[in-house]
Amino acid sequence: MKIKKNIAISESGFIFNPAVGDSYSTNPIGAEIIKMLKESKSIPEINSYILNTYQVDATTFEKDLYDFVKMLEKYKLTDSDGKEA
Amino acid sequence: MARKLNIAVTGLNAIDSPGPGIPVIRALKDSKEFDVRIIGLSYETLEPGIYMHDLVDKTYQIPLPSSGQEFLIQRLAYINEQEDLDVLIPNFDAELFSFIKIEDYLKSSMGIHMFLPTFEQYEQRHKVNLNEFGDKHGIKVPKSKMIFSTAEINGLMDEFSYPMVIKGKFYEAAVAYNYEQAATHFNKISAKWGLPIIVQEFVYGTEVNVTAIGDGKGTTIGAVPMRKLYITDKGKAWAGITLDDDTLISLTTNMIASSKWRGGLELEFMKTKDDEYYLMEINPRFPAWVYLAVGAGQNHPEALVKMALGEDVKPYSSYEIGKLFIRYAYDMIVDLKEFEQISTQGEL
Repeated sequence: MKIKKNIAISESGFIFNPAVGDSYSTNPIGAEIIKMLKESKSIPEINSYILNTYQVDATTFEKDLYDFVKMLEKYKLTDSDGKEA
Repeated sequence: MARKLNIAVTGLNAIDSPGPGIPVIRALKDSKEFDVRIIGLSYETLEPGIYMHDLVDKTYQIPLPSSGQEFLIQRLAYINEQEDLDVLIPNFDAELFSFIKIEDYLKSSMGIHMFLPTFEQYEQRHKVNLNEFGDKHGIKVPKSKMIFSTAEINGLMDEFSYPMVIKGKFYEAAVAYNYEQAATHFNKISAKWGLPIIVQEFVYGTEVNVTAIGDGKGTTIGAVPMRKLYITDKGKAWAGITLDDDTLISLTTNMIASSKWRGGLELEFMKTKDDEYYLMEINPRFPAWVYLAVGAGQNHPEALVKMALGEDVKPYSSYEIGKLFIRYAYDMIVDLKEFEQISTQGEL
């Protein structure tokens, strides 16, 4: 899973897709996840980082991360292969 | 030192379905190279630009295109005597035919310069000829056909299915989901804009547009793509954003190269979910959102003026991506005296 190179994300969690002009807002955790995806971190790496950094139970986060990643794919913010980097 | 130029501009109707005149004027006023005196040319007394004195220095009414070229030439000769025009920028589709026909005459006899598409380019890009134009320049165009009566609609069912788009020859389009709607749109649009009516295959997707300018020799001087973010009930952009879309830029530069397009233009595309681009329309003049190109770093009206004056212009190589325009409505307060003057004397 990789975020498209041209996708811009600001500190405030504002995401802009310059190819189609769409923009989205995400919360700080979402922004952090996107930043890690941009840095080519894998899903297990992100999973482990979040579980070690924040107080959240593994099952809840795993489900939320899956939903979030599916949303990124739906909005075409990921590279078309959609596979693990 | 900025060059002093007297430039006449039409399309002062800054209304809900706006003409490009006011944005073109703003672009010229922004130019660091020119110090422009703007002469507005209007058709109706309630075109807001007539009363926008910070942008338009003087306005003259001109005859409607239906009055014929003789009256237009006579009126322009009078205006030129008063204003010594250097350049004239027509901004309406419906008036372009007349201006293209008198372009050489205005230059040789009055010294008024224009930079318009050739008559052949104007005709080829016409909605009724768009399929042929697409074939010639390698661009996908939705299937379309001209009709002259509602009786022809049912006969199209071998080639078309609902929904279909019913389009006027100059302006307006509506989607029809059945025969009754198609006939209603036909009658409404033909009553306003005349015949033929164009029936076009409906393409699902996102509308993306490009404002561009060609030098008439095949070079694209500038091109900026935009997606409408907010669309009015008349289908006009009320807000839009510049895009990073190499396909749109290459479609535009290829089309300008192969047609040797001369002057400003707007290309309207539909981008499908499979990332295919269909050319919906070519407008042979700047769009009303052309000021977004200026905001993004490409002053197309300034380039057009230079080319009209016979100067070489270096093509723009970049523009700012993610730049937005947001249109707004504004109530001007106008003295009755001003309205009286333009109504009775034809100038203000």
